[in-house]
Amino acid sequence: MKGAILFDGTKCIGCEACVAACKEQNNLPATVDPELTAYTWTVVEQRDKAFVRRMCMHCESPTCASVCPVGAFQKQPDGPVTYDASRCMGCRYCIMACPFGVPKYQWDRTVPIVQKCTLCPDRIARGEAPACASVCPTGATTFGDRDQLIGEARRRLAAAPKSYVPRIYGLEEVGGTSVLILSGVPFAGLGLRTDLPLQPLPMLTWQVLSKIPDFVVVGGAFLYGIWWITNRRTDVQKRSTQQAAQPK
Amino acid sequence: MNATRWLEVRFWRLVFLVLAATGTVAAVLRFTRGLGASTNLSDQFPWGLWIGFDVLCGVGLAAGGFTITAIVYVFNLKRFTPIIRPTVLTAFLGYVFVAVALLFDLGQPQRIWHALVMWNPHSVMFEVAWCVMLYTSVLALELSPIVFERLNLERPRRIVHAVSVPLVIVGVILSTLHQSSLGSLFLIVPEKLHPLWYSPLLPVLFFVSAIAAGLAMVIVESYLSQRAFNHHLEMDLLEPVGRAMVVALSIYGILRLQDLARRGVLPTLRHPGYEGGMLLLEVGLGVLLPIVLLAIPKVRMRQAGLVTSAFLAVLGFVMHRLNVSITGMERAAGVSYFPSWMEVAVSLALVAVGFAIFGWAVQYLPIFHNPQGSSPAPRG
Repeated sequence: MKGAILFDGTKCIGCEACVAACKEQNNLPATVDPELTAYTWTVVEQRDKAFVRRMCMHCESPTCASVCPVGAFQKQPDGPVTYDASRCMGCRYCIMACPFGVPKYQWDRTVPIVQKCTLCPDRIARGEAPACASVCPTGATTFGDRDQLIGEARRRLAAAPKSYVPRIYGLEEVGGTSVLILSGVPFAGLGLRTDLPLQPLPMLTWQVLSKIPDFVVVGGAFLYGIWWITNRRTDVQKRSTQQAAQPK
Repeated sequence: MNATRWLEVRFWRLVFLVLAATGTVAAVLRFTRGLGASTNLSDQFPWGLWIGFDVLCGVGLAAGGFTITAIVYVFNLKRFTPIIRPTVLTAFLGYVFVAVALLFDLGQPQRIWHALVMWNPHSVMFEVAWCVMLYTSVLALELSPIVFERLNLERPRRIVHAVSVPLVIVGVILSTLHQSSLGSLFLIVPEKLHPLWYSPLLPVLFFVSAIAAGLAMVIVESYLSQRAFNHHLEMDLLEPVGRAMVVALSIYGILRLQDLARRGVLPTLRHPGYEGGMLLLEVGLGVLLPIVLLAIPKVRMRQAGLVTSAFLAVLGFVMHRLNVSITGMERAAGVSYFPSWMEVAVSLALVAVGFAIFGWAVQYLPIFHNPQGSSPAPRG
């Protein structure tokens, strides 16, 4: 099963039970920051008379996993994008690159690590839903197989078209995410970027990096060729000067 | 030593001491209190001066190393040999400066070796890290004959000298890769980097600008060496460097203009806002003006004109990198960033130490002497 979350904004009442459950599950400090931080891994924001949850989108083709020089982020087959703190050297490229602004840093620590929602991989492995999904009283946050949740989302859109913006956010953005969002108000009003490309962002750098082996070979040959040509010229010059200097 | 010279030396020694002292205090604060307390970085703005200036500019300004060695060893223009040693020394110190600056910027610098054993070939930063590490080693090897000469170790010197050409070729390839990759780092944020600076051409722009900046630094280094050590390069060597700068800057300027036009952002400059103003300054002062100045033979053939143009080009280069990494990222980040005094203090202290080591190296190593067995007359 490819684990995913469906967040239905029309069902959210802003009770923040998910926030509290996440805090408890991960032993985080009780203070709820107004936006995502290293110590608050999910938030519920009220925008435009609606509620929206912010959390890691667990992208299918995660930008963080692509940019991390030491491979600290991995997309797991069962859904979560996990972070291995033991690898991290704190370059913060993930924070800079994530299109959803998810990874956050422990700026207050002298030995800091990156922190973000983990999608509770231990719970998923035990067959349970992530902490947030398991406590949501209204079913705004549900957990299941990505394809099945997409089907469910489509059913809801078809059944009550007037209640929803006709789009599943996360279906295709940056190659698709494992957190799918339905909303009754325009997504841009919820602070969700609607200008993201459909192509996964890692393709933008892979296009360049994948050409490197070819470049090394061609470049090396080219430079060697220039040396060979210019060196021969000097050799020929030297030889002709030597010949001219020889007594006849 | 006359009175003004004595004052000048004393003044710069004082500057060095002040910078080293504040830098040390800032360093202690950085490592005892963490990044949050010592920098103005944040989740919204994770990369600041230490990346934008120390890394992006440090690597680029050291580009003279691969350019000049290529000119002499690959293109066989032997008359530029006197430029090699000081340029390679500048480049080596530049890369060491970048590495030390990284130790400040990384959240866990003691793990900087992780990239050696934990690989992610999909990451531009992984590629930059490896190329920089390898190229710093190449630079160290290219410098070693100077040390061997000083220590009278003839055999090692000859061994390294024998592999000069392959070493330089490897150096050019490594440099091309990582100079362009510093630009590639920003390819992944099309929705965050301002359209005046975001471009699919970022790797090419970074590479070409590095060549121009490296050449400019050759001229700047020669000028500063003259003031400090009374060693300078003859104008008949520096003037062609100036001409090469015109070519490099022009190619860069054309690429930039084409790119801006093709992506439809030129009209926005008609009513430039903050970002537009920064771009006009960057391109006007750092690209157009040096091109115009250096294209005029009367300006180029005089030291004052050459050095001024070189300084302008360096300024423009620094502005470009800071605009890409800081100015261009502010709007999307929703915050404006200015470095803390500690960030500035560390960066300036590292630059000062770099200058000091250069001066020390000039005293104890044959930096301004030609390699043994090479033809052009030693520089005056």
